[in-house]
Order: sequence, then C-alpha cells, then structure tokens
Amino acid sequence: MTAGAGNDKLIVEGVSKWFRSPRATVQALDGMNLRVGEGEFVCLVGPSGCGKTTLLDIMAGLTKPDEGRVIADGEVVEGPGRHRLVMFQEPALFPWLSVFGNVMFGLKRKPGLSNAERRDIAESHLRLVGLEKFKKSFVHELSGGMKQRVALARSLAPDPQVLLMDEPFGALDAITREQLYQDMQAICRERRKTIIFVTHNVREAVCLGDRVFILSPSPGRIREEFRISLPRPRDINSPELAVIAQRITQALKVYLIASRDAAA
Amino acid sequence: MRRAIVVVCFFAVLIALWQAATMSGRWSPVLLPPPLAVGDYIWESLRDGTLIDAALVTLRRLFIGYAIGIAIGLPLGLAVSTSQYLEDTIGSLALGLQTLPSVCWVPLALLWFGQTEAAMLFVVVMGTLWSVVLATSAGARTIPPIYARAARTMGAEGLDKWTRVILPASLPFVVSGMKQGWAFAWRSLMAAEIFVTILTGFGLGHLLQYGRELSAMDQVIGVMVAIVLIGLVADKLLFSPWERFVHRRWGTGLL
Repeated sequence: MTAGAGNDKLIVEGVSKWFRSPRATVQALDGMNLRVGEGEFVCLVGPSGCGKTTLLDIMAGLTKPDEGRVIADGEVVEGPGRHRLVMFQEPALFPWLSVFGNVMFGLKRKPGLSNAERRDIAESHLRLVGLEKFKKSFVHELSGGMKQRVALARSLAPDPQVLLMDEPFGALDAITREQLYQDMQAICRERRKTIIFVTHNVREAVCLGDRVFILSPSPGRIREEFRISLPRPRDINSPELAVIAQRITQALKVYLIASRDAAA
Repeated sequence: MRRAIVVVCFFAVLIALWQAATMSGRWSPVLLPPPLAVGDYIWESLRDGTLIDAALVTLRRLFIGYAIGIAIGLPLGLAVSTSQYLEDTIGSLALGLQTLPSVCWVPLALLWFGQTEAAMLFVVVMGTLWSVVLATSAGARTIPPIYARAARTMGAEGLDKWTRVILPASLPFVVSGMKQGWAFAWRSLMAAEIFVTILTGFGLGHLLQYGRELSAMDQVIGVMVAIVLIGLVADKLLFSPWERFVHRRWGTGLL
C-alpha cells in the first residue's frame, strides 16, 4: 500500500474473526490488511458493528484473531504488552489510586527505570495534559474531559511504541472534545507517536489523521483509504476540513448501502 | 459538635422513657428493672472483673473464628467469581449454607468436638465463611471488565493483576462482605454460648444465660447492653476506616 516494509511499525495481515454463540456464528472481521508506518496517525472510521473495536483489541493482543496475524516491530503479537497501550472510550482509571497513582501504574511495570525517574516522567506527563495541580485528586473528583486527559497521560507516560485509541473522546461534550483535538495535535507534534485511532466521527478522523480508512460492517472490511494533506494544526470547524469530511461520509454511505443490500 | 449533642439527647430521652416506665408501677421491677439498677450491675461486674473476663473470652473466640473465616472466605470468594463451575458448585453450597441459621451448627459441633473451644470456633467459622464467600464473589463479578483489560495492556498479568487490580477494585464489596461476616460471627457465637456451657471459658453468652437462670433481669439487660456496645465499638474501629477510605476514593456515599 504505502510505506515500505522496512519502517512499518504495525502490520495487520489478513485478519479475520468470528464470534460464535450457541445460536449463531457471526463474522466480525473479514481479511483485514493494514500497514502503519512509524510516527503515523491512522484513523479507522466506520459505523457501529464494523468491527473497529475488535480490530483494535486484536492489535492490542487482548483478542486473538481466527485467521491472519498482527506484526508489531517485526514480531508477531501473541498477547497484550506495554509496547502497545490502549486508551478506551471510558477512561478506565482506577478509583482506588490518585491521579498520580494512575499515571504511575504503567510506569511501575516498565523495567529499567529508577523510582525517581518514574515520578519525574509521571509529573511531566501530567503537565503535558495540563493537570499537574490535580495529581493528588481522586478520579471521581474530575470532570469527564479531565478523566480522559489523565487516561491520555497514563497511556503516554510509559512511552509505548504504538498508541491504540478506541473512540477516546466519544463520551465527551463538543467543547471539551475540540479542546482535546488541539491538545492531541500539540502532543503529536512534540513527540512523533504511532497512533491508531478508531472513531465513528468522520470530522474527528480528518482533523487528527494522516490517513483515514473507512470500514463497512457485517462483516467488517477495510474499504478505502484517504490521505489527508491539510496543514497542521487543523481546526475541526474549518471549511476545508468539512469538504474532505463530506467526501468521506459520502463514500461511507455508499459502502453501508452496499453491505446492507448484500445482507438482505 | 451539634451531631454529638443530638446523639446524647436521643439516648438521654430513651433512658428517661425507660425510667418513667419503671416508675409508673405497671410492670414488676423483677421484669423491668430501672436503668440505675442495670447501671449498678454493669459497674459492679466491671469492678469485680466478671464482665471484662467474659468479654475477653468471647472476643478471643470471635477474633480467631472470624480471622479463619476471612482467611478462607476471601480467596474462595475471588476464586468463585472467576469460574462458572466454581460458581455452580461452591457458590450454591455457600448460598445454601448461608441461609442455614448458624445456631443449627451447634448440635453438630457438639457431637464432633464435644464441649470444647473447637466447637465454638467451628460455629463462628461456619457463621462467617459463607457470607464472606458470597459477598466477595458477587463483588468481584461486578468489577468493570475494562479495569482488567486496561491493566493487562499496561503489563499487569497474573498475581500482579490480582493483587493490584482485582482485589482493590472489589474493595467496596469486600469491605461490606467482611462487615456482614462480622455480624454473622457475632450472632453465631452468642447463640453457641447461650446453648452450650464450655468449661474452658465463660463468655458473655453464658453470663446472659446465667442471668436468666437466676431471674436477674439487671444482669440480662446489662450483658445485652455490653454486647451492643462491643458491636458498635468494633464497627467503628474495624470497619469505619475502610468505609471512609472507599467512600473517599470512589466518591460514594457522600452525605
């Protein structure tokens, strides 16, 4: 597809997945292929039921594919690991730990650091998301947007090679979300991370992604790739962005109708 | 401060009503002694040591039996929460035995262990264990699965995951399970002490039963007051700190 095999950070090769229940077997993913280069921001967009969360779980190593494989940094993914951190739709912060304790959780499990270094890293990441004043707060004392910021700091702190994000801003209000788009872009500019970002919001995908893939449901398939060459930082409300989002939405609808007709 | 005044006034009114009832002359003082007589009994038995000795004997049994019940019940409850097979087997056994009033263990304990400390401990353990198992497994089952998933992606697996994620995540339920276990342990021990005379130790339940045999109502009520006070103090000392910890961190139960 795009980048040469040499610098691909994450490769998805022919991944298929079925979900079996006593009553029926449903195919969730059908022969998915994806190559993500180092430092790339890739967005997967599709309606609910297109298997994007399942694909993310497989990339994370939380779910095993029935066919195909995922290769991260040249090694086949066998299980979850610190090198590929996941940020979920819910913040998934631990209520029994303080904000600081939550950011430290992943760091404590990263070898080769002294405790002082870990604390420094955690503090600098809380500064990065603008929450250094809240390090001693408990999770329930934070707003939804602040919780997702902590979750972001927690995922970034152990310096994972790949960050997998599953609709991380889906549950937030529009104003908070727009602020976080700005923050995300600033963070990405500062430290080139490889990010795979799943969403059903096309404008969000165009705002953040270098490339946007559209997925169609039942079974989930990757249909088309769009390269977004708008200059950064991007404003989600800009007319240029809206034009591209419009084109992608149009394509998404065509595939949605096609897969519905096929199912009928 | 205002809360303390309210509490003091409430109990003062309660005791005043009791005093008024004894002074009305409608009930025989043998059946309803005045508060001062009960206070006298408590004071005297504190001074001659009978109440303290009996309380120590009872508390020793209680703590040992409760500790055994928790030590078995907590891990068992966590294990039950992880497997459908264990839930179907151990889980239903626990449910069945928990509905059995713990005083029903007394005849069996007597036949197995005779009139010994072991019989007492057995009844307390049986009273504690099953409610702890049920509360812990129910609690661990309601932990959002996302906690475990997030922990695994951050490199927490196996024992690390259990001690650093699953156990703290189920803390709110574990605390209420331990509290329930404590209440059951207390009840079952009192039942056992009232029913069975054990030569190795003379507990609060025995003191209560002797009060009945002597028709000493001041002793009966005095021992009951002591039992209630011990229960309240234990609750404040053993469980309140944990409950506050949970409320503070989870943001629950904020009045």
